Amino acid sequence: MTPEMLIGSITLFVLSIFLGVELITKVPAMLHTPLMSGANAISGISVVGALLGANVAYESGDTAVSGILAFVALVLAMINVVGGFAVTNRMLNMIAGKKRGA
Amino acid sequence: MSTDWVAFGYLLSAILFVFGLKKLGHPRTAPRGNQYGMMGMAVAVITTVFDMHFDGGIVGWTIIGGGILLGSLIGYIMAKRVEMTGMPELVALFNGFGGAASALVALSETWKYLENSDAIPDNELKLTVTMVAAGLSALVGWMTLTGSLLAMFKLKGGVEVFGKWIRTPTWGPTWLNPIKGILFISVLALIYLSTEDPTNTDYLWGIIAISCVLGIILVLPIGGADMPVVVSLLNSLSGIAAAFTGFIIGNSVLIVAGSLVGASGLILTVIMCKAMNRQLIDVLFKSFGGSEKQELTRTKAGSDADEVAMMADGAQKIIIVPGYGMAVSQCQHQVKEFADLMAEKFDTEIKYAIHPVAGRMPGHMNVLLAEANVPYEQLIEMDEINSEFSECDMAIVIGANDTCNPAARTGEGPLAGMPIIDADQARTVVIIKRSLSVGYAGVDNDLFYEDKTMMLFGDGKAMMTQLNNAIKDL
Repeated sequence: MTPEMLIGSITLFVLSIFLGVELITKVPAMLHTPLMSGANAISGISVVGALLGANVAYESGDTAVSGILAFVALVLAMINVVGGFAVTNRMLNMIAGKKRGA
Repeated sequence: MSTDWVAFGYLLSAILFVFGLKKLGHPRTAPRGNQYGMMGMAVAVITTVFDMHFDGGIVGWTIIGGGILLGSLIGYIMAKRVEMTGMPELVALFNGFGGAASALVALSETWKYLENSDAIPDNELKLTVTMVAAGLSALVGWMTLTGSLLAMFKLKGGVEVFGKWIRTPTWGPTWLNPIKGILFISVLALIYLSTEDPTNTDYLWGIIAISCVLGIILVLPIGGADMPVVVSLLNSLSGIAAAFTGFIIGNSVLIVAGSLVGASGLILTVIMCKAMNRQLIDVLFKSFGGSEKQELTRTKAGSDADEVAMMADGAQKIIIVPGYGMAVSQCQHQVKEFADLMAEKFDTEIKYAIHPVAGRMPGHMNVLLAEANVPYEQLIEMDEINSEFSECDMAIVIGANDTCNPAARTGEGPLAGMPIIDADQARTVVIIKRSLSVGYAGVDNDLFYEDKTMMLFGDGKAMMTQLNNAIKDL
């Protein structure tokens, strides 16, 4: 890792935070819970990290514990992702989906 | 797959997340927004899988595929089987899993150094960045896990241990606040020490243990009605944990998606606080209401179901104001039955007034009433329905207190400035509530003592059932 790469990552981090702040402005109360739940599913993006971690761990073969940790992370992250999107979908069908023609 | 294509895949996924979050904030586009989020996640996972390579052969792929399937299956079943009323708890639980996943990825990375000292990078900058990011990811991730689990049990109201129901406690003396500060600083100190000595497991366990304790004592003092705010804040934290994990493995989509969720989650938390007229800092660090509850000096005689039924006889318009109490007693079906009876017998127009923070989660009342098949058109948001109370024959308040307390209009006390439902404008007001006791804000409610108000003291479900029987007998 070079200092340039670190600076690049930090730039990405800071700009994404600004973007995230601007994205959410006025949200009707009815949508607070679905929005929270949907964002929560997105935070399951650590599934990508779990995949890459598991890849390295199983490739080198002798790293047993780190492999198990990555596997548990993978399962938990997938629960977060699939469950999160599914539950958001159900909620939206209940509250927003019934508002036809509005 | 070449690195360029991987970077492009992650960019596409990040763009889908941005649009997804944006669209989730508007009623019409919200379902589309959720789909964009799913697509973004699918693109990210597929890109990563194509980028992976196993020199060892099929075993690695089987384990990975098995993990993906297992997690998906568990998540899907949990989301499908949960009762509509248990949804807030499930969101909290999923959130805890997300935080734990980020922390585990970070732990897995640093564990490689323990198992294989060759894995420790010679590059000093990389080592420092990895250890700092892993430490921060652990702090935020484990805190999110324990905090979310406790929040889940608080939303449930308790936990069953060996057949005994134990209520989740709320406890938070003011001296707990400096302790939170001390623990936070000691984690930072341990992270600094771990950069000096990356293979020392004492530091590792220390960081994990303190972070778990921090999550618990952060949520422990917070009362039931503030739980949505806390879950939203924990959601924001789990995003930040994912972003820190992105720094460890140098992955752009983790950094972007994580910080997007972290920032937008924080803004949502602030919006939710505003709807309750509260400051985020007060929610987190000030015990609310508890100590300074107003003394009750007045009394009011209770009415009974028959009396209320007589008043409801021939009513043209009734507005129902549901609150936390309806969620607790789970009486939405009885409420719907009442509405059907009135419509059938007297052709009464029934509407529901939904306060933005009624219940345990914003939108909680909508979900509960939707479960009882109340038509969506009858659920009216506070701002729209307030002008209709003056022309309605009866307002029925079920387990709500602060959200219709006229004291909020006076501009004084803890409720000052909170928007309320104008139930007191109705010709007759019926309040179903266990007692005259103060609500969450600890303020006495003048509405209870007005001459036109009838109090039905008791559990929501029991009282609604009695009322329905009385209506049938009219």
